[in-house]
Amino acid sequence: MQETTEAILQQAVRHAVDTKTPVNITGGNSKAFLGRELDGVPLSTCAHQGILNYHPSELIITARAGTLLSAMEQTLAEHGQMLAFEPPYFADTATLGGTIACGLSGPRRPFTGSARDFVLGCKLINGKAEIVSFGGEVIKNVAGYDVARLMAGAMGTLGVLLEVSLKVLPLPILELTSCFELEPSDAISKMAALASRSLPVSGLSYDGRILYVRLSGSEKAVKVSADKIGGDAAIADRSFWRQLNEQHLDFFQEDMNLWRIVVPPATAQLDLAGTWFYDWCGGLRWLKSDEPAQRIFAAAEKAQGHADLFKGKDRRGDVFQPLTGTLQQLNRNIKRAFDPAGIFNPNRLYRDW
Amino acid sequence: MITIQPHASETIRHQIDRMVLIKEFKTFLPQASIIFEKEALKPFECDGLSAYRCLPWLVVLPETIEQIQRIVRFCYQLDVPVVARGAGTGLAGGAMPLANGVLLSLAKLNRMLEIDIANRLAVVQPGVRNLAISQAVAPFGLYYAPDPSSQIACTIGGNVAENSGGVHCLKYGLTTHNILRVKMLTMDGELVTIGSHGLDSAGLDLLALMVGSEGMLGIIVEVTVKLLPIPEKAKVVLAAFDDIEKAGQAVAEIIAAGLIPAGLEMMDKAAIQAVEDFIHAGYPKNAEAILLCELDGTRQQVEEELDKAVALLTDSGAVEVKIAQSEHERQKMWAGRKSAFPAAGRMSPDYYCMDGTIPRRFLAEMLKNISGLSEKYGLAVANVFHAGDGNLHPLILYNANHEGELEKAEQLGGEILKLSVELGGTITGEHGVGVEKINHMCIQFADNELTQFHAVKSAFDEKGLLNPGKAVPTLHRCAEFGAMHVHHGEVAHPELDRF
Ligand SMILES: Cc1cc2nc3c(=O)[nH]c(=O)nc-3n(C[C@H](O)[C@H](O)[C@H](O)COP(=O)(O)OP(=O)(O)OC[C@H]3O[C@@H](n4cnc5c(N)ncnc54)[C@H](O)[C@@H]3O)c2cc1C
Ligand SMILES: Cc1cc2nc3c(=O)[nH]c(=O)nc-3n(C[C@H](O)[C@H](O)[C@H](O)COP(=O)(O)OP(=O)(O)OC[C@H]3O[C@@H](n4cnc5c(N)ncnc54)[C@H](O)[C@@H]3O)c2cc1C
Repeated sequence: MQETTEAILQQAVRHAVDTKTPVNITGGNSKAFLGRELDGVPLSTCAHQGILNYHPSELIITARAGTLLSAMEQTLAEHGQMLAFEPPYFADTATLGGTIACGLSGPRRPFTGSARDFVLGCKLINGKAEIVSFGGEVIKNVAGYDVARLMAGAMGTLGVLLEVSLKVLPLPILELTSCFELEPSDAISKMAALASRSLPVSGLSYDGRILYVRLSGSEKAVKVSADKIGGDAAIADRSFWRQLNEQHLDFFQEDMNLWRIVVPPATAQLDLAGTWFYDWCGGLRWLKSDEPAQRIFAAAEKAQGHADLFKGKDRRGDVFQPLTGTLQQLNRNIKRAFDPAGIFNPNRLYRDW
Repeated sequence: MITIQPHASETIRHQIDRMVLIKEFKTFLPQASIIFEKEALKPFECDGLSAYRCLPWLVVLPETIEQIQRIVRFCYQLDVPVVARGAGTGLAGGAMPLANGVLLSLAKLNRMLEIDIANRLAVVQPGVRNLAISQAVAPFGLYYAPDPSSQIACTIGGNVAENSGGVHCLKYGLTTHNILRVKMLTMDGELVTIGSHGLDSAGLDLLALMVGSEGMLGIIVEVTVKLLPIPEKAKVVLAAFDDIEKAGQAVAEIIAAGLIPAGLEMMDKAAIQAVEDFIHAGYPKNAEAILLCELDGTRQQVEEELDKAVALLTDSGAVEVKIAQSEHERQKMWAGRKSAFPAAGRMSPDYYCMDGTIPRRFLAEMLKNISGLSEKYGLAVANVFHAGDGNLHPLILYNANHEGELEKAEQLGGEILKLSVELGGTITGEHGVGVEKINHMCIQFADNELTQFHAVKSAFDEKGLLNPGKAVPTLHRCAEFGAMHVHHGEVAHPELDRF
């Protein structure tokens, strides 16, 4: 019975609070590589499954956190809809809860929005073992602070997600990919130019040699736009975007530190040694590099961005861009506001909480 | 007499003499930026919800971040509460002043600081008007998407604080989807940058909390907005229906067919007539409801989607389907919708605008209920909706000079809000809670949820000096509000003291 999976999770959290035992929340464990290493009793949300509410004409879906992402996307596709933030899976076991907790978004992100942008509501167990709900199943809702969106990217440090409501969008009727061979600096300006025009662009990525441009939308609009921008349509097809998002491209296969650097998209090439792959119109830069973490964090900060060690050898050090000053204090305060006993995924984000 | 009153448990008490602050502020603010004479205070006594008023204690109009910093630091030291104010167009009393607090106007911080075309963003001060941003970046083929109907007047700081919407939310999102970064001052005067010019940032997503925080968490002193390319083409189609239920069905059909209109607005007969009498937008006056459906994008996309939309509207039983043939006609159709509030204002001495959102499938049920309530209270209601996202703006028409009508309007409104929650929606889609809906927060949220909100508030503002008495009720208030609505003879929260 589903009621009991919720009750079991709540009981487990209550026990953890009472005994001050840290828990390590897991979904499908597809993203266990992400974030700092942590100790803690595993608390699996996998059994808490099921789509609870889906009305295609409302553009909203609500499901339990343990629901497989694949099951959700399949149901949506049957009604011609999708999760428009294009969440990466990294394994078939990826769950809704893990997806939102990680807050990762795919190539469509600069054009349609991020995981947090599509979150409308959630139900969670907070650090007092209470079940609380925020937001809801409507697109516009400003009653109370927007706690539901705060959960996106919090890596499970604020609570155990039980249910999430997301806005969904129609699947595009047609997608085409055009390619251009360009030098890095030309690629950056070409991406900016394409993103500044009224075009149905849904992907702009650059592998160091080739710029990939994806167009999505209604049939005529995509075809006419493809003619307008030109480029080579024979190099890549839609499978490229999936491979990029799932990190199946050759670039991602090497066993070395992989950094995820987010900067303003038109930022010039960063002065860091290594090989690069640009996504998000230049706003997301994957870097394979042996540069020391401190140098990478400093470079990202100087460029008004931030860096995370996405896959790395040392997961006991800083993995996410360190925070300082009042911002660091506010982050800690919020952590304490949700998890006063410090039991949820301690140290997964930062070493001191 | 309004029925929503300040609550003792939400009041900050202090014994500070106003002169102490005036004297201090004079050391760094020009005389004209400190207002304390009764006549000069008057214009600040309310925001757009003019039924709720309070003469401010003291108003300050700083021009720099450093001045604001000194103001809040001094207030922090003395435990004096502070209320931020943008343009004062808010419709929930969020910027309503306090009788013992400082009203901090951001209106003089009205410069655009940077337009970054390559990164499609603009950095602006909080007092910049919403429309001014789009106007300034139009020469570059860009615009700022959220467009509240008040956009000529309202400020970007107010928009961030309210998470304001507009008629283009369904496709382009709310303020929260179009803001990259804010700089804010905490109540103790620390300057914090939240968010970044990249698409995500380090740490928890505090920007999500700041947007829609109603001046409760910090004073926003700078905002970076996202800019979008102006669509190549925009076309609007007007469909008239002889039955409001059919209009609601048409909305569902359009969305189920995979169209995401840039705007999808509905008006009922009362609203149509008010608008026609006011600005002659060319709406069919005998229709029971009209839909305005705007499609934008590339020329081909608009053509394809327009054909689809027209077919769907016709199949849904529209009695008239009219495509605006020129940009002038398109503007005219929108002008009608955007002037719905002032038009209602002409029909009746006063109107009270509600803001609930419901899952769209309950639209017809909601409308039936609203019309029942309208009869019950003997007050006319005109309805305008952001139909695409289920956000309703019933306009309750009343005359404040008639004894008891304001209370009746409030009660009618309260019932609509309660119904919105019961149908799985929310008491406010875009106007915020402010003071107006603070009691109804007790209906939408359970005690532990409200307690969680208070914990968020304390994480930013431990002393609770920012905009006290707004947005999030205390459990004590809810206990009393619950007591007025005793269910089955049980008083809610019997464990709490009554004030
Ligand atoms: C070295 C190593 C190698 C591994 N290799 C494999 C492998 O090859 N194949 C495999 O299947 N597994 C593997 N695992 C385990 C697997 O990675 C985890 O089970 C995985 O993290 C779960 O997938 P997910 O996508 O649902 O989200 P998760 O990865 O479970 O979670 C991602 C983040 O979201 C949080 N989270 C998840 N659900 C919730 C929720 N409901 N509420 C709040 N927060 C939540 C988690 O705490 C975590 O911070 C490995 C683990 C390790 C340590
Ligand atoms: C005719 C009319 C039409 C409207 N149409 C719409 C609409 O279509 N959509 C919509 O969403 N709203 C609409 N509104 C409501 C209103 O315009 C918005 O809520 C707007 O965002 C308020 O901006 P403001 O600058 O007037 O803020 P104010 O009313 O001055 O303040 C609003 C709230 O924000 C806080 N605040 C203001 N500035 C700051 C700051 N710098 N830092 C911290 N807190 C701050 C205040 O304390 C207060 O709580 C309409 C109002 C009117 C009168």
